[in-house]
Amino acid sequence: MSTHIGFDFTPPDVPGKVTGEIKYAEDYRREGMVFARLLTSPLPSGRVVGIDASEALRMDGVLGIFTADDLPPVAPPGNPALASEYVTYVGQPILAVAAISEEIAESAIEKIRIDFERRPFVVDPIESLSPGGANAYPEGNVLVRTEEEGPEGAPIRGAEIRDVKWPRSAIDALKSGKEPVGGEFTTEWAFGDVDAGFAEAAAIVEEPFVTIGYPHHSLESRTCMAYWENGKCFFHGSSQSQSANDNGLARMLNIDPADLVFINEATGGGFGSKIGPYPFMAISGNFAKVLNRPLQLRITREQEFYIGSARSGMQGWIKMGVKADGKVSAVDLVIVNDGGMTGGGSHNSSAQHVTVAYQPENMRFRGITVYTNTTPRGAQRGPGQNEMAAVLAPIADKAAKAIGMDRVAFRRVNAIDSDGFQGGSQAPVTSAFVREALDQGMRTFGWNEKQALAKQNGSKVRGLGVGIGFHGAGGRGYDGLVRIGTDGKLYIHSGVGNLGTYSYAGTCRAAAEALQMPWDRCEILRGRTDNNLPHSSGQGGSNTIFTHTRTNWVAAQDAITKLKEIAAQDLGGNANDYEIGDERVFASADPSKGLSYAQAAARAIELGGKYSGQEYPDDINPITQRSVQALAGSGLIGVAKDNIPGQGTPPGILVGFCEIELDKDTGKVEILDYTAVADCGTVVHPKNFDNAMRGGAVWGFGMAGLERHVYDPQNGLPANTGIYQSKPPTYLDVNVNTKMGAVNIPDPQNPTGGRGIGEPTQGAAAAAYASAISDALDGHLFNTAPTTTDMIINHLAGNDYSTKSLKTNTF
Amino acid sequence: MNDSVNLQLTRRRFIKGVIFSGAAATSGAGAYLAANAQSGNGGAERLISLTINGRTRRVDVPPTETLANTLRYRLNLTGTKIGCNRGECGACTVLIDGVPNYACSVLTHNIKAKDVISIEGVKAADGSLHPIQQAFIAENAPQCGFCTPGQVMSAMALLSNNPRPTKAEAAQAMSGNLCRCGAYEHYLNGVLRASGQIA
Repeated sequence: MSTHIGFDFTPPDVPGKVTGEIKYAEDYRREGMVFARLLTSPLPSGRVVGIDASEALRMDGVLGIFTADDLPPVAPPGNPALASEYVTYVGQPILAVAAISEEIAESAIEKIRIDFERRPFVVDPIESLSPGGANAYPEGNVLVRTEEEGPEGAPIRGAEIRDVKWPRSAIDALKSGKEPVGGEFTTEWAFGDVDAGFAEAAAIVEEPFVTIGYPHHSLESRTCMAYWENGKCFFHGSSQSQSANDNGLARMLNIDPADLVFINEATGGGFGSKIGPYPFMAISGNFAKVLNRPLQLRITREQEFYIGSARSGMQGWIKMGVKADGKVSAVDLVIVNDGGMTGGGSHNSSAQHVTVAYQPENMRFRGITVYTNTTPRGAQRGPGQNEMAAVLAPIADKAAKAIGMDRVAFRRVNAIDSDGFQGGSQAPVTSAFVREALDQGMRTFGWNEKQALAKQNGSKVRGLGVGIGFHGAGGRGYDGLVRIGTDGKLYIHSGVGNLGTYSYAGTCRAAAEALQMPWDRCEILRGRTDNNLPHSSGQGGSNTIFTHTRTNWVAAQDAITKLKEIAAQDLGGNANDYEIGDERVFASADPSKGLSYAQAAARAIELGGKYSGQEYPDDINPITQRSVQALAGSGLIGVAKDNIPGQGTPPGILVGFCEIELDKDTGKVEILDYTAVADCGTVVHPKNFDNAMRGGAVWGFGMAGLERHVYDPQNGLPANTGIYQSKPPTYLDVNVNTKMGAVNIPDPQNPTGGRGIGEPTQGAAAAAYASAISDALDGHLFNTAPTTTDMIINHLAGNDYSTKSLKTNTF
Repeated sequence: MNDSVNLQLTRRRFIKGVIFSGAAATSGAGAYLAANAQSGNGGAERLISLTINGRTRRVDVPPTETLANTLRYRLNLTGTKIGCNRGECGACTVLIDGVPNYACSVLTHNIKAKDVISIEGVKAADGSLHPIQQAFIAENAPQCGFCTPGQVMSAMALLSNNPRPTKAEAAQAMSGNLCRCGAYEHYLNGVLRASGQIA
């Protein structure tokens, strides 16, 4: 019987958050600490011709200047910490100034003069693909894979930026919602026979769509502070992840990972933008080394907009064929991604969403990512999947309507189950129970009952929507590490980061569950490398629950095995004669014969070898090896790599139901009701599950209705670098009486039954919201994310200015 | 075309020649001393007396400095967070004479005669948590937690004026506090719990 999994608890860092005592990267100070600030590009595209910093360097208190030449070179389209010859977006860091105060560093920056040579720029991918369109990089606008014949015929594979242009006919076709015949793509795949699938369709819908990227706006602008002591670099950094940063950050600093102590107790939001080491970490660490001082580099809110990454945008076309019974027989999908200045785009993940949400019998996908002179793009909560969910839901509604089928029933017919597939390779999933989620959601939301309610009330019109969100939700092969101390307590070492999902704590419950330890007798060690942490996944991709309940489980199993072996050695018999319970290992035949965990830990130290960490499995990661070495002799060590057999992607899937009221006079949309049901296996921590679901829904409403990049196409200048103009949802923009549920059927490939759910929470809400707006407007398709108030008002006024021609990154 | 006529040296020559100047290498003994000795643009510092969390604090502050900066960087009260530094997010909310204010938008010199409560002053003298803090823990309200101190301050001000707010009233009262994680409903449930409306 479960004792920890599925029960509420208070993660140990929550009290520190309500008292303000928990520390974020910028809260740390170090004696003698100096400060760096960034000088950033005022141009969307240009070449640095010369820099005059002489006046700045004469200022009292200025310690030095750091440029790209002080860092390893980064070839385009990599995201350099500091620009080299070319600047490619407004806000791109060019140099850093260190001084004894931030004020002096800022004043020094004002004294630096840079000569630029202007270059053409582009903020719309389709404009760049058009004949004669500008390229974001001097070399071109698209990263193209290359392959040359090498020695003895072995291929040499690489990639280079090239100038790709489409024929005018293809551009015009895409803008008018038709297949862009003749357009060049960099990613293509297909399964089945798409033409045959369309031939047997009872109805075909064909639509263009556009989604606009937007910044993460993590409330904590990223800060890094580094100092070097006794040959080690101590690095405080705002990051989603912990152990997953070690190797990459060490490479940035050109040191052995063993000489890095990365410290990150709490992170003020990340949402994908702080998964791994980010470029400007290299400035803090290396600048501190050169100056031989603790150095802090914090950035402003505006700079967080520039360098904090953003979601990719999409401009695309989809054709969907459905049979009379509702089954999707064919999908043809084209996506042009806006890669900003870096980023591969997430079009393949968008296509993956289509496969999971509708399990098409036949499908073709073609994609290309085009660079623009806008901010770098990267992972943002369900990248690709969630924005696809937002624009696809109303299109799927249109398909359902074309064959006269209820929208929920349509999704039910096409729902993925445990025999289903995901992605272009039609790869398996570990399990899926989406029909159960749809049925549960329909009942909770009252889908059928609400259909019968009056739709119009004066100027206000109600709309109902349904949506599906998906993200792959788990990984394999990481390590778990636990220690039973001579005090009898269980110390669970977690290399998982802490960006506020509390999955670091929830996953530790798996070890407590396996070892049958009361939670108040457990302690989590995390947050800094020298807490001896195991190799863990990055804290992103909705993967932690699946991935690290497994690692903690296998580490606990290793500890249990050792407990039994020690008992057998001391008390006779063999290990199989023993079991655990009540913080003891005891003989099954005679429970009075046994050792307490504390006694067993003391014996483990005496025995040494594998029992107390002097020996460890060959297959654990070097990060974990170092931690075990450091812990050796301090207790009974349980350490193992997750080798639990199995295959397939653990899916995180969510269905959302939304009821809105749209005021036709003002375009304002009010969310009357939102209900969501998750298919995420066993819910590990119910209270936290609720919070993750609701937070994701807020993100979904922001994506579908509010948030977008806005650039001035005349000058390439961003218009909404602050929070207020970017319009992330507030208390007053969302529904605060939501209903959250879960199918709660265990995943068979996780001993605790759990899968992740963080990202699809957004996609489902965005999809359901978009579906509801379309329903309110009698099936009108905006085919945009977001669909903002101005778009709604313009539509109602018969003006298509806001949405025509796949316009992006502008009003 | 060049945007500046100030071309004095190439970037490479500049890098090789002048960075990490010798004068710079010998200067400074730390940020705090530096902040006191020289202000980039804030004007002369003046010793003022503030009432923070019931204690009188004497501190040198330039006339242009915001309360958020003073709390965090001079008084080491880092519980007050700076999210935007321009009055948009509410992470730096403190109570000034009981009224929630964005500390990033208040000049320290303007609150010399006022009582300031920051998140560090919310706990009781015996260390016990305020009911709103207890309720936020019970509701698992914080996610990343960066906005939480500001949420606590706004909720305290709300409950002191309206001990039993409706959920809609609470949302209105706290709408100046952005939570990028989207934990709004849990904060509101925390307000209702602290006011005894849910258990």
